[in-house]
Amino acid sequence: MEHNFKINKDRLYFRVINISPYFLIFLLASIYITLFIFSYPAIKQFGLSFITSSKWDPVFNKFGSLAFIYSTIVTSILSLIISLPFSISLAIYLGFYKKEGKIAEFLKTVIELLAGMPSVIYGFWGLFVFVPLMRNLEIKLGVLPYGVGIVSASIILAIMIIPYTTIISREVISLVPNDLIEASYSLGATKYETIKNVVFPYSLSGIFAGVLLSFGRAIGETMAVTMLIGNANSIPQSLFGPGNTMASVIANEFTEATGDIHLSSLFLIGLLLLIITSIFNLLGRVVINKFKIEG
Amino acid sequence: MRILFFLLLSFLNLIYAHADEVTLIGAGATFPYPLYSKMFQEYYSIKKVKVNYQAIGSGGGIRQLINKTVDFGASDAFISDENLKKYGNNILHIPICIGAVVLSYNLHGNPAIKLTPEIISNIFLGKIKKWNNPAIATINPDIKLPDQQIVVIHRSDGSGTTFIFTDYLSKVSEEWAKKFGKGKSINWPIGLGAKGNPGVAGLIKQIPGSIGYIELVYALHNNMSYAQVKNKNENYITPSIQSVSYAANIELPEDSRVSLTNTDAEQGYPISGFTWILTYNDLSNLNRNKAQELVNLFWWMTHEGQKLAAPLEYAPLSPKAQSIAEQIIKKIKYNNEILWNTISK
Repeated sequence: MEHNFKINKDRLYFRVINISPYFLIFLLASIYITLFIFSYPAIKQFGLSFITSSKWDPVFNKFGSLAFIYSTIVTSILSLIISLPFSISLAIYLGFYKKEGKIAEFLKTVIELLAGMPSVIYGFWGLFVFVPLMRNLEIKLGVLPYGVGIVSASIILAIMIIPYTTIISREVISLVPNDLIEASYSLGATKYETIKNVVFPYSLSGIFAGVLLSFGRAIGETMAVTMLIGNANSIPQSLFGPGNTMASVIANEFTEATGDIHLSSLFLIGLLLLIITSIFNLLGRVVINKFKIEG
Repeated sequence: MRILFFLLLSFLNLIYAHADEVTLIGAGATFPYPLYSKMFQEYYSIKKVKVNYQAIGSGGGIRQLINKTVDFGASDAFISDENLKKYGNNILHIPICIGAVVLSYNLHGNPAIKLTPEIISNIFLGKIKKWNNPAIATINPDIKLPDQQIVVIHRSDGSGTTFIFTDYLSKVSEEWAKKFGKGKSINWPIGLGAKGNPGVAGLIKQIPGSIGYIELVYALHNNMSYAQVKNKNENYITPSIQSVSYAANIELPEDSRVSLTNTDAEQGYPISGFTWILTYNDLSNLNRNKAQELVNLFWWMTHEGQKLAAPLEYAPLSPKAQSIAEQIIKKIKYNNEILWNTISK
């Protein structure tokens, strides 16, 4: 009796484990399908003009999402560019120079804390502390002193994603085999040369994976961006001007979207956002595989 | 095992104890939420009927009422004729209180400025760009207006506040009506968007030379400066509970579905509007007891409950609005029976 029971349990466990990955695929597929179904009225009505027009007018039911796509991609890429020098140098410092010790431990804790901080806090802090500084800068530069806008949102996004890139890059950098590093030293290479010629090429694909994860977060970030981007539903005139991202417009408008076509258009933005994220992820996979060094 | 059994028993007991207590569920507008939650709290302590209200936004409230997942809805904008027909022409609007939208601004020294409909629409159209524009200066001769860029701030989220404000703009400016119209979300020609009243208020406080629209309640609670606005009778009106209540003391249509903006009332503040409870004309899809409780609640909200409005800075119904509300509540049926006849007051 007892024996049989144990086997059944084992089998059950095995089955559950076996099914769960398929469940995940099913989940992704059903999200895609439901988004498609809900956005179908908008696809039918606007077709390709939904991506090529930047007119978003809920009163006269004219919807085009170019302005949102544009601002989403600009803020994400800008934030990546701003964050990369910081996160890579942090990762090299923690993964190569200061692998152990109190300072390293302390820094690691701080970074993990930053990674776990809710985005609304970044938004809040940005709005009340960072934006006034930005406004002073804008007054000196002679542009309209909004304070909020594309640049402000990108900088806060950059701060938000630095921990992600850092944590993953540090992990892969510290995994570079010691033999290789020792070999490099024994050939007379300096620390800098070792990093440049051994550590970096070896961990490049891993670092890229970290960057990709950060990009995913930047592209879908909603709350902090809404608070800092200025929420103007048009293509921004300058980097300091206000804009609006795809995630932000959905969060802003769906609660009061009473018109069917309005709601459907918001769903279509959601679908497009999912597609854009998927494309970048797939592209990333290709790049990662290209740089991968078999070890 | 014994403990589990005990827990189960007490849980069942809990369910049974509450089985005969009616709970009414509502969802909708966020604007009247502080007033509603106060009303429902008071109502529970008097009548022992629980009302669970979720402030999910007017749009969501209407959708949930249509899907019959709530007992009543609430909205800051009335349902259009077209949509009302689509839903089956069986939804009633009961006015509960009146909200106002004020123009708040950030000028050095907080002067009390006056604005006319033309100036307001031209600012939001982007035609008046600086504070020392002659149009503003002529009606505010005592104030030294700065040579400063006007930064327009509007709501980024869909909102009943935006609806009332753009409804007003559409009435006073033909150009606005034609190009941008009225709605909860607008294709704004200029300016910055911020989420919710707190977001707009926050940006106004931060940006020198800014102007934006927020709810009167919010402006009063946060000591923000707001403008006097010229109404249809050429009077400059300071927004207050009194002047907002006046705005609704006009002849109203019998279904109360009317916009109060640009009111004919002589001392009425021109940018205001009702907030409504939405219910079905025939409640026979609910059980009889629940339907009766709903009508009791509506009656109480439009009568005894009104005294809770002013302390929370909401404008109570004007006498004319209250009598319209009574007529509407008297229409609510259960099959062919008028529920008002059996009301417990």
